[in-house]
Amino acid sequence: MLRQVEGSRAVADAVARCRPAVVAAYPISPQTHIVEGLSDLVTTGDLAPCEYLMVESEFGALSACIGASAAGARTYTATSSQGLLFMAEALPNASGLGLPIVMTVANRALGAPINIWNDHSDALSQRDAGWLQLFASSNQEAVDLHLQAFALAERLSVPVMVCMDGFVLTHAMEEIDVPEQDAVDAFLPAFAPRQWLDPDDPVTIGAMVGPGQFTEVKYLMARRQQAALADIAEVAAEFESTFGRESGGLVRPYRIDDAEVVLVAMGSALGTAADVVDALREEGIAAGVLGITCYRPWPHEAVREALRGIPRAIVVNRAIAVGSGSILGQDVRLTASPGTEVHDVVMGLGGRPVTRAGLRQLVLDVLHGRLPRGALHYVDLDETVAADEIAREAEVTVP
Amino acid sequence: MTLDVRIHGRGGQGVVTAAELLSLAAFDQGLHAQALPSFGSERTGAPVVSFCRIDDRPIRSHDPVDHPNLVVLQDPTLLRGGGVLDGLADDGVVVVNTSRTPAELAEAGLVLGPGQQMVTVPATELSWRLLGRPLPNTALLGAVAAVTGSVSLEAVHRAIRQRFASRPIDVITANLRLAEDAYAVVIQEQEQHHA
Repeated sequence: MLRQVEGSRAVADAVARCRPAVVAAYPISPQTHIVEGLSDLVTTGDLAPCEYLMVESEFGALSACIGASAAGARTYTATSSQGLLFMAEALPNASGLGLPIVMTVANRALGAPINIWNDHSDALSQRDAGWLQLFASSNQEAVDLHLQAFALAERLSVPVMVCMDGFVLTHAMEEIDVPEQDAVDAFLPAFAPRQWLDPDDPVTIGAMVGPGQFTEVKYLMARRQQAALADIAEVAAEFESTFGRESGGLVRPYRIDDAEVVLVAMGSALGTAADVVDALREEGIAAGVLGITCYRPWPHEAVREALRGIPRAIVVNRAIAVGSGSILGQDVRLTASPGTEVHDVVMGLGGRPVTRAGLRQLVLDVLHGRLPRGALHYVDLDETVAADEIAREAEVTVP
Repeated sequence: MTLDVRIHGRGGQGVVTAAELLSLAAFDQGLHAQALPSFGSERTGAPVVSFCRIDDRPIRSHDPVDHPNLVVLQDPTLLRGGGVLDGLADDGVVVVNTSRTPAELAEAGLVLGPGQQMVTVPATELSWRLLGRPLPNTALLGAVAAVTGSVSLEAVHRAIRQRFASRPIDVITANLRLAEDAYAVVIQEQEQHHA
């Protein structure tokens, strides 16, 4: 049933209907409303049985999730920004041990300077941690991705991050359908762990692996991640046939078939980009959007196929790799056929909104050759401010 | 039908709640709606902006409303900071919380284009009388209902009941009354204008 509800609340309801046995989380903006919602549902008994663990930090939260998951419990946590970095030590443990933990990342910038607003720096900083990373384009998709995330995690024995734009989605009130309990139960059967810690039947999970086998273990992990691409597409197809709407999957193309230029992006900017594309098409400009829903594993074939024959792609990066360039843009450049000219731009860092006007101007600038090729371009940079600061720094002499 | 609303107020005036209530009311009427906060400094008294999109088609964009059809100004002292009327449609409407006359507001910087319209409602005054506190947002939503017609007073009332369900009954009643009184003030204003 559609309800007009805040994104965070809808995600909390959806997670609760997935019946996690353990939730451990530490509050941090903009994720807090999600775990507050779950805390309420545990308090009222609407989510039962569930152990809601009050922990002292994000590190504690993920560590508790690792323990609970290894003991065979369906386990959930959520975080943002530096909270995710505080989990960083434990993130590869969760994936290395093959624990099907689901985590919401309410995407937020990384400090310093401290900034509570949205970009993708937090999740992309952990792209190599061995977790699946799925990006929601809307609150409806955020809800749907949580159902799919538990299904995928448990099918593949791998942890999954569901990434949703902080504030822009988490704090937006929109019409959202959270599937009813019986429908969720049918889609997501009770968790049947492959192995678990049981004092009566002891096993070791997480033994030390030396040089003799370490490469093989990592190779198998990487192979399993690649193989997950097929499952991600399959679970999205199952979801669509069950719930009647398209959510999740690998990539989301929009009007790209004859497109002369395609915007490539992740997250809440996709809806905005779709509106821009419709407006441009009315003016006779053949634009399209390629949404990346699954960022890890990287859907190389799907992206390559989608961009085949497209003359120009513009990658909208909502995070940068300082000292290197872009993050999403590098993946796209390594993927696209030589016939596609890839423009790599930075936009919407630290809560600066990705607007329709900004995206429209970007497309026009690329079409008219006004954007320098080959270099990472900061679309919404205030060049006056930057130039003043550069000049000031040049004047400072070090004694 | 598209109604893009931007609400300007100060931290503590219920700026974000106003956008949420308006989206609830629109949804209640079978329309699509989206309420977006613009989180700046969340300090009491600091300028705060929120947005509400209402449409008869599903809403996909998640960018801030930069070309509103309707601006709600919860505190006219914000005119000094500028930007309140930025991007307002040529036939746009500004609903202002004030006891001052349009002429006095023009003096304060509220200068509109030829096709733009101003509606004033003493929401803070009404709120002091009914709530005993300066919380102008529900009154202003009554005014918005009167101005736009796309969201009814009844829908605003249902939104207030839904959003404030856990609050004491006298708080709910006072807010319902605030919306109703402000609605009546604006309807009367408009009738005088057309008479």
